[in-house]
Parts: sequence; structure tokens; C-alpha cells
Amino acid sequence: MPMLTPDGLAGLIFIFLAVVTLAGAFIAATALRLPRAVAGLALGFCGLAGIFYFLNSPFVALMELLIYVGAVCVAIVFAIMLADPGVEKARTARSTAIPAALSLPVGALFAWGLIILARNTMWPAPAAKLNPGDTVDIGHSLLTTYSMVFELISIVLLMAIIGALVLARKGRD
Amino acid sequence: MELIAGLADRMEVYLALAAMLFGIGIYGVLLRRTLIGMMIAGELILAAAALNFMTFSRFLSPDPSTGRIFTLFIMGIAAAEAAIGMSIIIAVYRNYKSVETDRVADLKG
Repeated sequence: MPMLTPDGLAGLIFIFLAVVTLAGAFIAATALRLPRAVAGLALGFCGLAGIFYFLNSPFVALMELLIYVGAVCVAIVFAIMLADPGVEKARTARSTAIPAALSLPVGALFAWGLIILARNTMWPAPAAKLNPGDTVDIGHSLLTTYSMVFELISIVLLMAIIGALVLARKGRD
Repeated sequence: MELIAGLADRMEVYLALAAMLFGIGIYGVLLRRTLIGMMIAGELILAAAALNFMTFSRFLSPDPSTGRIFTLFIMGIAAAEAAIGMSIIIAVYRNYKSVETDRVADLKG
């Protein structure tokens, strides 16, 4: 079986992960019930974590699972439980400026244009790698070159926590 | 067979995947009628951007850790955005008893 070479198997797994990612994203964008959309989002992010693994970065793949699947999706589930949006109504009677029928062509246009752009651009030849970019290098860069940004994002997160508390608390006695 | 085996080593494949994720995200943002649905689709757009950064850091960059750190920062900002967005949605729901974008339209001329 020529299929069972290691490279062939890796290619098959890659195709499977890409299909999982796109299917999860499509469910997240179109499902009528929001809990299903969140489940699709979690599925898509699991596939995307696998894609990150193929991009030589198991650390970022783990963070994708931890932050997106573990934290962001759970936060959205909490918001759905607290706000109770129910089932979305039929989309034909939408009164906003953009009719729902236009959304699919617009999204397809963006995707098509970006794919054409990615195919036709002459990318510069890959430069020689200074380092492999593994977890040790990421840690070194975070604490030397990017230490300022690292501190700033912790302040942003702190302000987000406090702001979320203030916003959600207002109007409740 | 060589096509399948070499698929994971071609940059265009990852870029096309990110473009499709971005297109699905735009489609969802325009299609959704509730604020929560719009936020879910917005997460897809952020994920597409993160995938592009990871792709370029893997294939083109001399220092691959830069793109990976940028992806980690995108995740952190997305988490902060989700927390703030959710609390705004809950505040809107408390005032309007609805999270549908058509009914939260007091400022509409």
C-alpha cells in the first residue's frame, strides 16, 4: 500500500483536520441554535489546534485548546445561558441594511479573493532560520525582546476582568 | 499520492485554509441576527488571522518564535474581548430583554 508511508498518513491526517476545521467553522456560522454554534466553534478550534501542530508548534496548539476551547467557548456558553436568545427566527424578514441573502456571496468573495492573492503572490524565498522557534525560544523572546508587550497584555487582561465585572454588575442591587 | 503526502508542506494550502476561515467568519457576521452569534463569527475571523501568522512564521520567517508569540497575543486579546463582549451582551439583555440586533435599535434614525 503506497498510502501507508509516514508522509501519506500525515497528509491524510492533515486533510481530516482541515475538513474538521472548516466544518466546525461552518456550523458555528450558520447553526440556528446558538449552543450548537458554540459546539461547532469548539470543534473547529480543535481542528485548528491540529493544524498548528502541523506548523511545528505543539505549544501554540496546546494554548489554542486551553484558551479557545477551554475558556472562550465556556464563556460564550455562560452568556447564552444568562441571555437565553432561543432559536433564531427565519432570516427572510430581516430589516437591516444588508439582506441575509447577500452574506454568502460577500463571504465567498472575500475567501476567493484571498486565495487568488495567496496563489499569485511571489513569496520571498525562506530565509535561513536563526532558531527552531520551539518553546524555549518563545520563552526567551517573551522575557527579553517582548517583555514590555508581555507586561502590557497582562494589564489589558486585568482591565478586561475589572471592566467585565463593572459592566455586568451595573443595574443589579 | 505524492500530492497528498506533500500537502502539509505547501504554504498555499495553509493560506487557502485561513482565507476560507475568514470568509466563513464574514459570512457569519453578516448572517447572524443575535449579538452572541456575531461574536462567535468574529472569533473565526481572529482564528484565521492567527493561522496566517503561524503559516508565515513556519515558512518564511528567520525567527519563527515571533509569529508564535503574536498568535499567543491574539489569543490573549481574544479572551479579553470575549469577556468584555459577554458582559456588554448581558447588560444589553438586562435593558432590552433581547439580544437580537433588530430590537436593540434606539439610536436608529
